[in-house]
Amino acid sequence: MEHVYLAIVLAPLLAGVVAGLFGHAIGRAATHWITISGVAISFVLSLVVLNGILIDGAEPFNGTVYTWAVTDGLRMEIGFLIDRLSALMITVVSFVSLMVHVYTVGYMRDDPGYQRFFSYISLFTFSMLMLVMSNNFLQLFFGWEAVGVVSYLLIGFWYTRPTANFASLKAFLVNRVGDFGFLLGIAAIVYYTGSLDYAEVFAGAPQIAARSIEIFPDNPWNAMTVVCILLFIGAMGKSAQVPLHVWLPDSMEGPTPISALIHAATMVTAGIFMVARMSPLFELSETALSTVLIIGATTAFFMGLLGVVQNDIKRVVAYSTLSQLGYMAVALGASAYAAGIFHLLTHAFFKALLFLAAGSVIIALHHEQDMRRMGGLRRYMPVTYWTCLIGALALIGFPGTAGFFSKDALIEAVAEADRAGAGYAHWAVLSGVFVTALYTFRMFFMTFHGPERMEPHAREHLHESPWVVTVPLVLLAIPSAVIGWFTIGPVLFGNYFGESIRVLPANDVLAGLGAHFEGPAQFLLHGMTAPSVWVALAGLAAAWFFVLRRPDITDALRKRFTLLHGILVNKYYFDAFNDRVVAGGSRQIARLFWRVGDEAVIDGVLVNGTARGIGWAAGRARRLQSGYLYHYAFAMIIGLAALLGWMLFLR
Amino acid sequence: MIVSVIFYLFAAVLIGAAVGMITSRNPVHAALFLVLAFFNSAAIWLLLEAEFLAIVLVLVYVGAVMVLFLFVVMMLDVNLAAMREGFTRYAPLGAVIAAIVVIEIFHVVWLKRQGLPFFDTPVPHPPGYSNTEALGAILYTDYVYPFELAAVILLVAIVAAISLTMRRREGLKQQNISRQVQVRREDRVRLVKMDAERDE
Amino acid sequence: MIGLSHYLLLAGILFSLSVAGIFLNRKNVILLLMCIELMLLAVNFNFIAFSRYLDDMAGQVFVFFILTVAAAEAAIGLAILVVLFRTRRSINVEELDTMRG
Repeated sequence: MEHVYLAIVLAPLLAGVVAGLFGHAIGRAATHWITISGVAISFVLSLVVLNGILIDGAEPFNGTVYTWAVTDGLRMEIGFLIDRLSALMITVVSFVSLMVHVYTVGYMRDDPGYQRFFSYISLFTFSMLMLVMSNNFLQLFFGWEAVGVVSYLLIGFWYTRPTANFASLKAFLVNRVGDFGFLLGIAAIVYYTGSLDYAEVFAGAPQIAARSIEIFPDNPWNAMTVVCILLFIGAMGKSAQVPLHVWLPDSMEGPTPISALIHAATMVTAGIFMVARMSPLFELSETALSTVLIIGATTAFFMGLLGVVQNDIKRVVAYSTLSQLGYMAVALGASAYAAGIFHLLTHAFFKALLFLAAGSVIIALHHEQDMRRMGGLRRYMPVTYWTCLIGALALIGFPGTAGFFSKDALIEAVAEADRAGAGYAHWAVLSGVFVTALYTFRMFFMTFHGPERMEPHAREHLHESPWVVTVPLVLLAIPSAVIGWFTIGPVLFGNYFGESIRVLPANDVLAGLGAHFEGPAQFLLHGMTAPSVWVALAGLAAAWFFVLRRPDITDALRKRFTLLHGILVNKYYFDAFNDRVVAGGSRQIARLFWRVGDEAVIDGVLVNGTARGIGWAAGRARRLQSGYLYHYAFAMIIGLAALLGWMLFLR
Repeated sequence: MIVSVIFYLFAAVLIGAAVGMITSRNPVHAALFLVLAFFNSAAIWLLLEAEFLAIVLVLVYVGAVMVLFLFVVMMLDVNLAAMREGFTRYAPLGAVIAAIVVIEIFHVVWLKRQGLPFFDTPVPHPPGYSNTEALGAILYTDYVYPFELAAVILLVAIVAAISLTMRRREGLKQQNISRQVQVRREDRVRLVKMDAERDE
Repeated sequence: MIGLSHYLLLAGILFSLSVAGIFLNRKNVILLLMCIELMLLAVNFNFIAFSRYLDDMAGQVFVFFILTVAAAEAAIGLAILVVLFRTRRSINVEELDTMRG
């Protein structure tokens, strides 16, 4: 099986390298065929692996493939941990990636960077698979950074646009903040356990939890809390949790296929995956879990609220991604890791679907992204319309769709949790459902229904997208609609993850839910009585009312609540805060160091000051060099007399 | 007793000559005073039984070095008037420094010599002792390499002095010996064949 | 009775006089060179006196070498002097200040 695992990661790498280095030599068609086959190989082999583990009941694989270096007992290795969690993840990643590869053929058809784009997304697939399949922290960090680099490259893909360059820089810098915490967390783990290997670290987890660390004097913290919060800071960067979320909306500057692949379905879920993977550590720190819960809840509700005022179709979907990532973090914080991963799985499908549908709309309108210039597209783009509808329903958790099962289970789990912040989190996710429905269907109605507001010549060219675009939509719509039926039972309540995810019995909220679980149909019926469904439907109705029925009320409301609207449009002033305080403060501090430390002290006193001092002293000393022979002779003789006198009389 | 008289006599003349040398305005006079000082020194060195060096001092210094000095002084057209300006400007300072040096040396040799028995009585030499022979015996054995080095230094001094002062004048007729030696017969002799003349 | 001290003191007086001579004749290079010769003579005096009183020939050997080197020094010094005079028509030390810092 080891060769299979190697093939899963190496096939996209090879394809990406070939596409990147020889793309122009082999031409466009060959490039997309090579990369698509690379990812297809990964997907098929992932299915084989998943099948082996699920159906044939193969034992989890945990082994080292290559030892890179051994220093002082610390082994740096490349290895694979293939258990139910990673098998599920690689299947999702390679499936969405395959869909995006196919879709790209249509979306990027006229782009001069065609080969480059394929090379990047294949490299991304490789990095993400390495991250997911890793069995040690070093490889996890490698994959983590590699997806970050590819994300940077892809956000700035249209490098002639200044906004794209700024967005890619922003994403990179914000992720650095998170990675700094992540790296510190890994360092702390190595410090406490002396190992990078997951299994050894998890075995040593109780020892970490037994120790404490004094970051501030007289205020000892549990070492495990520190480690977990540091790791979660990394997750906050990658999974765009408040306050490190600012890069994700801007990352929509990149081409739509990678918005679907990276900034919705896969890469941003790396943080969620990592926390779930580290569940044996997080379970031992109540404080860390509460932190995750509260930050997740804040992200889920407040970021969703921002989606309501956006007019850019991709940005609406981006804010919904932020919100959904918050939901996943809430699940993790409530110790319902399985629910988090389940939501990750369903979200990957329907969010990729929504992005690709948005992309389909964008290419149909010749790269127009403003929803105020859309409307009434239902007649022109039936496939996009229906698939998008499925995605939107899944996103709001309409009964029966994939999103319903995952989100409902998640909300129930949060309601069961009794951790600090759980009440706030429950309120946030429940309100979030309403907000989700509101912005999702606001976008949906503004795009596909209502009056046609696009420019006349754009309307003449309106037609359904080519099959390479619609086929992935359909293929993604199918799981978005139905996957919840088949997977909720085993994944959430069937002890699917086994040893991959460890939950303390006291924290196991899903077990409480599972006691009442009697199949998806019953879950569906029970869900109809829960508030979340009705909240969602209320949101849907509100969207319909405000967008289609009485658009004038929207304007009235906007005028009435100028302050609130301003806050939302300005995204709670996070960007302004970062610009003024963080970036501006850094610049001020840097200017201070530059002016005082560098120019005044180092250049002024140390460098030029030394030179000037020597010059001044030399100016004085050169007076002694009169050039007259007898002056030197006098000096020698007087020196002789003085030396003699000193030796005779004074010593 | 007679040694004391001789010593004081020569010492007095020596100091007088030295004073004369440093105060005389005319370099020729100064050189002649220095010659007098060397002669008196040689005499005192004879008292110290350093006969060879005393002779060398007279022969080499008076006979060669001082003649060289005199030669240079007379050859150069030195502006003596300019030399005399400010003659006494540094005289007090010089006197003070000289006095200090004298006092310090006096302090050493006169006041701090207690407990050093060799100071008053030199070891007498046996009859038939030859200072030249003793110096030669040690110079050509223990000090043979420094001796050779001294010879090299003198050679270098000769070369340096000549190369410094030698200059080529334009239009000076000189013999080129190497070209003279390289000459061949063909360059100098030309054989010419001609008919004998007939008397008409 | 004449002892070592007398010789050493005589040498010291000679040395001091040559020092004073350097101060007095600071402008004239020829006289400076002569003062240096006198200074070396004073030094030689010491060597010879000690050689006599310590009964060690090494002192006289040293004087021999000093005489050699002094002769060489005088020769080169005078040669430089001649060249100097040839180029500047003067041996006034006060005019030689091209080494001024």
